[in-house]
Amino acid sequence: MLNKDLLLSLERIVGPENVLTEQSDRLIHGYDATQKQYMPDVVVYVENSLQVSEIVKLANQYNIPILPRGAGSGFTGGSLPVQGGIVVVLTRMNAILDIDEDNLTATVEPGVVTAHLQREVEKSGLFYPPDPASKEFSTIGGNVAECAGGPRCVKYGVTKDYILGLEVVTPTGDILHTGGVTMKNVAGYDLTKLFVGSEGTLGIVTRITVKLLPKPAAKKTMLVQFSSIDSAARAVSTIIRNKIIPTTLEFLDATTIECIRGKTGLPVLEKCRALLIIEVDGDQEILEKQTDKILGLLTPLGILESRVAADHTEAEAIWDVRRSVSPSMRKINPDKFNEDIVVPRSKVPDMIRALEKISSTYDVPIVNFGHAGDGNIHVNVMVDLQQPGMQATVDKVLLEIFQTTVDMGGSISGEHGIGTAKAPFLRLEIDPATLHYMQMLKKALDPNNIMNPGKIFLETSPEQLAFPTQLQDDPQ
Amino acid sequence: MIRNKTLQDYEQSINQCVRCGACQAHCPAYLQQRNEGAVARGKLAIARAMLQGEVQTGAHLTEDMSMCLLCGSCVIKCPNKVPTDKIVGAVRRELSRQSGVSLTSRAIGAITGSTSLMKKLAQAVRRVSPAVFRKIPASSGLRLRFPIQGMELRTIPLFAPKNLFAYYPEYQPGDPDKPVIGIFAGCGITYLYPEIGKYMIEILRLLGYSIFFPHDQGCCGIPARSAGNGPVIEKLVRQNVAAFSRRRVDYILTGCASCHAGIGELPETMVGPVEEFSSKVMDIHVFLYQQGLHHSLSALPRSTSRIDLTYHDPCHLRTHGITREPRELLQSLPAVRYREMENAGSCCGLGGTFSIAHYEQSQKIGALKAENLKKTGAQYIATACPGCMIQLQDAINQAGLHTQVMHTLELLHSTLTHTADISRLKELLPSVNTNQ
Ligand SMILES: Cc1cc2nc3c(=O)[nH]c(=O)nc-3n(C[C@H](O)[C@H](O)[C@H](O)COP(=O)(O)OP(=O)(O)OC[C@H]3O[C@@H](n4cnc5c(N)ncnc54)[C@H](O)[C@@H]3O)c2cc1C
Ligand code: SF4
Ligand code: SF4
Repeated sequence: MLNKDLLLSLERIVGPENVLTEQSDRLIHGYDATQKQYMPDVVVYVENSLQVSEIVKLANQYNIPILPRGAGSGFTGGSLPVQGGIVVVLTRMNAILDIDEDNLTATVEPGVVTAHLQREVEKSGLFYPPDPASKEFSTIGGNVAECAGGPRCVKYGVTKDYILGLEVVTPTGDILHTGGVTMKNVAGYDLTKLFVGSEGTLGIVTRITVKLLPKPAAKKTMLVQFSSIDSAARAVSTIIRNKIIPTTLEFLDATTIECIRGKTGLPVLEKCRALLIIEVDGDQEILEKQTDKILGLLTPLGILESRVAADHTEAEAIWDVRRSVSPSMRKINPDKFNEDIVVPRSKVPDMIRALEKISSTYDVPIVNFGHAGDGNIHVNVMVDLQQPGMQATVDKVLLEIFQTTVDMGGSISGEHGIGTAKAPFLRLEIDPATLHYMQMLKKALDPNNIMNPGKIFLETSPEQLAFPTQLQDDPQ
Repeated sequence: MIRNKTLQDYEQSINQCVRCGACQAHCPAYLQQRNEGAVARGKLAIARAMLQGEVQTGAHLTEDMSMCLLCGSCVIKCPNKVPTDKIVGAVRRELSRQSGVSLTSRAIGAITGSTSLMKKLAQAVRRVSPAVFRKIPASSGLRLRFPIQGMELRTIPLFAPKNLFAYYPEYQPGDPDKPVIGIFAGCGITYLYPEIGKYMIEILRLLGYSIFFPHDQGCCGIPARSAGNGPVIEKLVRQNVAAFSRRRVDYILTGCASCHAGIGELPETMVGPVEEFSSKVMDIHVFLYQQGLHHSLSALPRSTSRIDLTYHDPCHLRTHGITREPRELLQSLPAVRYREMENAGSCCGLGGTFSIAHYEQSQKIGALKAENLKKTGAQYIATACPGCMIQLQDAINQAGLHTQVMHTLELLHSTLTHTADISRLKELLPSVNTNQ
């Protein structure tokens, strides 16, 4: 049962209408896109950093966990109240405070939806490149916390490359300002980078200054079909070796192509075993040259077919091929384990082959697609958990996938973060000394371990290993 | 036997929500409130917990369930096409069953219990004559949608002195080679805007169709679905299925987007033999489009003085993929200069009981519409749903604009009947019966 005084204090800070304690309220703020469910003790909707600071101080006083929450679209359980506590929802802090056309920056509150910011800056001919597939609903705060990436990152980089400064409420309730609004800034430690990607474990971001670029004049989209993943990989390295950095270089592997065959508007050839979607952007004249050059480079590599979109509608038709993947995948099996590993670009074909081998060894379908340009592969292990022993098989499959990834010099998460879902595997990638250092940092900044506990590191919550799937009311 | 689907009937669909959160980008209720209780994902999580007996009903649960316009915007964008609008209907019926009070009655309670709303009530814009109101069947959506106590809140049209049934017999024979068309008018058209019904019937007569317009048809049931009134829905469905089985019809056409959804979606919302009835239901714009009317109209010479016109997509057509047909029909009109409105497809904010229970939010959603409308500079806005017409008119009044709201059919009708060059029209439309 939640302490009455704590509740009253919360109501005083944000107003009673913004403090939710009914069972249904707690239920609907205890999940994210991992589909895991936990019960927080109380949910609070906040409006400004002062409120957040006061709430964090209270949480320390009452020694109760605090969970920053954006759109709840996280894929690794970052916002799950695994130990109960106070969920702090930031979706209503959604003001775009400033778009500075002289200095090419924007300053926003964390609840601003990514695509909304993009549309607003584009009205002034500016451009905020990071484009997670969830951009229409995920928040900038969540993007900062997870260091979100997307297809455009081959050319433009990920969220961390665009964050100039932050306002952060620390785990002890202080309000910090990191970085600034300038491109250059070396005053003191680079705390901005520390907070970006910290998954809400080091503080709650309440204000964000991002860097903007001039909006590219135009883009051109191509669809290229290959007879093998190797020829597709050769195509990718040939393009990059010839000093062309496309905006996006998306690939679909053979298993993915099998899923979408017959379900796409554009024809996918019988012999097609790998597919690349290539997009370039820039001035119109350069685009024509670039597409010609790319096609010139690819033709000798034995492509099956290439198609360059003449206009926006045709480009959308190409992207529809990519969009058809998710809906068609579910038809294989009901349960999906979606991992976003990343390997060095040149290792993509090796990794795909390794995944095919794991798939046949354990007899589970694995569907792979992703960002060939930066080696980020979305690995989807498709199973039916109703089958006896399947969970154990999945655990083995995932372990093997992550081990292989790390052995190739890759990372177990390219963009989704660690949260709870990947915490058991972090040790595969990070050596004990480094892990220890990270935990010391966490301990120093959050002495009471109240800021989003039970995430990233298993040690903060040993019971983490057994993920409860059932609803459970935390007895706190 | 025809009955409503229950929460249990929707169990599989409810479990298909993967909690991705994509609906946040498309739900008008969420975009106003920005809280999880307002969005499809939150409602489905509650529905699932209700099914599993894992949640007690509370004030917030009821409030969250009332925060839904049943617009279906989430459904078309959901990767798994989870029918949240239908599921919320089932939850509301379940809540009404448990408490014995329908959401509308609660909503009325909310209005009369709030002083700020009561003040608005005092500035009553138009009064409804109780005499006219009494003639409307108790099960009609108009009573559920605009209960007498709540009516003065918003600008709504005066009830027409005569309803549509008074103007036409049940059967009007046409060209024997042409299909027989059933007309489902719906409450909005029958009682508030009978002229739209007249345009609808007269256009079809002009084109030579036989018309069956059963006078014992009832409300489409959408307002009752919105209010969570299960028994009324069942009564209406049985009544309508029986009414249209009295004579063989090839189509059942609607001129109201909500009715189209109400009687066309029965296989998704009811259990029992409703397929045959619902499969005949078609929106009149789709029908006219399929008959090629837009081609014929495009061939007419463009008029020298043209009006600037835009179009608002009613949710209940948009979510059925009907966006092209009304637009192309409007664009084909010789006296129209069509201007597309930004976010033409976003909900107007009416949403059945939503606008009664949450008039302020409903008004805010309407204000967004008015803003986009203003930007088009159009003098007229057409739409294909009397509900949207009421809401748009209200939004326009509140924003102090002077744009005129009309039904698409009004323009089609006036073009067909006023085309000076009637012989030319006859040439284009061989079926036009100019003797009329
Ligand atoms: C369909 C789909 C597609 C996706 N595609 C991509 C993709 O292409 N690339 C990608 O990178 N990700 C993707 N994601 C994952 C997810 O959308 C991102 O991780 C996103 O950044 C999460 O934002 P959110 O607002 O939903 O955050 P939440 O899920 O609410 O929270 C995520 C984490 O951030 C923390 N947090 C949230 N706000 C703050 C704040 N203001 N301060 C401190 N911590 C905070 C939370 O505590 C939690 O740990 C996808 C998800 C879905 C469902
Ligand atoms: S979009 Fe569909 S699947 Fe995703 S959370 Fe919303 S209702 Fe669930
Ligand atoms: S039907 Fe409309 S209002 Fe209701 S949840 Fe879906 S999008 Fe939101």
